[in-house]
Amino acid sequence: MAESIMEIDDDSFDTEVLQADKPVVVDFWAPWCGPCRAIGPLMEEVAGVFNDKVKFIKCNVDDNPATPGKFSIRSIPTLIFFKDGKVFDQVIGIVAKSKIEDIINKML
Amino acid sequence: MKKVDFDLVIIGGGPAGLTAGIYAARARLKVILIEKAVCGGQVTISDWIENYPGFPQGVSGPDLVQKMTEQAKQFDLTIETNEVISFDLSKQVKKIKLNDRVITTHTIIIATGASPQTLGVPGENTFLGKGVSFCATCDGPFFRDRVIAAVGGGNTAVQESLFLTKFAKKVYIIHRRDELRATKILQERALANKKIELVWDSVVTGIGGGLTNVDHITIKNVKTGAIKKLSVDGCFIWVGIRPATGFLGNSIDLNEAGFVITDSKMETSVPGVFAAGDVRNTPLRQIATAVGDAAIAAFSAEHYLSNID
Repeated sequence: MAESIMEIDDDSFDTEVLQADKPVVVDFWAPWCGPCRAIGPLMEEVAGVFNDKVKFIKCNVDDNPATPGKFSIRSIPTLIFFKDGKVFDQVIGIVAKSKIEDIINKML
Repeated sequence: MKKVDFDLVIIGGGPAGLTAGIYAARARLKVILIEKAVCGGQVTISDWIENYPGFPQGVSGPDLVQKMTEQAKQFDLTIETNEVISFDLSKQVKKIKLNDRVITTHTIIIATGASPQTLGVPGENTFLGKGVSFCATCDGPFFRDRVIAAVGGGNTAVQESLFLTKFAKKVYIIHRRDELRATKILQERALANKKIELVWDSVVTGIGGGLTNVDHITIKNVKTGAIKKLSVDGCFIWVGIRPATGFLGNSIDLNEAGFVITDSKMETSVPGVFAAGDVRNTPLRQIATAVGDAAIAAFSAEHYLSNID
């Protein structure tokens, strides 16, 4: 299941997220962020369920400063939900699995 | 004994829930732990823990939680990501409604913990994630060479402010009294730290900024009434906690602040329902006290089980 979440960088963001042919969930994280590591398995769980209909992506904010800058991210973990190349919703911090699923269901 | 899905359902996967899980699994109870997000709770966001015995060099919150989770799994504790929607505690066999099904059990341990208290001032919600934060380990590195306000005077506020000085140019600790509540060793470190400036007798009345970021807070001196603007890039809030008991409704007795009332066996007003950790009315909320509560709660649940028909 680990391969269900793709890691992207600043260069591939537009192609992989904004121009994607289905809704996308981007998990902004960094290796020094404990809660980000904690939310990893939860995202894997959600991705396992919605993988057909939604694209799951991770973006390391340390290696790719431009993308979090574009979205004024000052807090991680941040999940941004994209639909048709636009921000649909955004959540900050560790949230209940049901909340993530609710937003995804609204996007679909 | 009536037929039920579980002997014990533990709600919450922080140190209290995981400890109760370890004890219950070792007692070979039919037990499940329900966690709505990820195990660890508030500990997941603490940078460094120096007062939990067994770690002479200290330990990071996420590492400690990972070890506790591993230990619980070692004894085959079932941990499920799910959420408790409501309860029916009126009969001896208790019903718990989850997101996707209803489960029955003889005993319950409530270990849902607490979450950070908010200030309730203008701008706090608007700038959440845009300079307003409750988590130094998550967000500290975004404030490299910047100026931060930290609100509060307790252990968390001071410990996390010290952590923020690794990144920030300056950290103002805004405290409503004229002395810190934090334990002495932390006070000494804060007072000795050149990057920390204490702003006494003051409360935050507003958080402001542009479209994307915080650029100032307003503070009021509670003794003189004077109001002033302080230029900061971020505002970290550590002014206590509020219990995660909203989902309990009127099913068990809570104190005025919403914490679960228990006796010395950790039993609540409903027989067979126990509580442990930060969610409970307790004089001290630490990892060490949460795990102590949980051991007693699990023992009491086991005792309760052996006495029902």
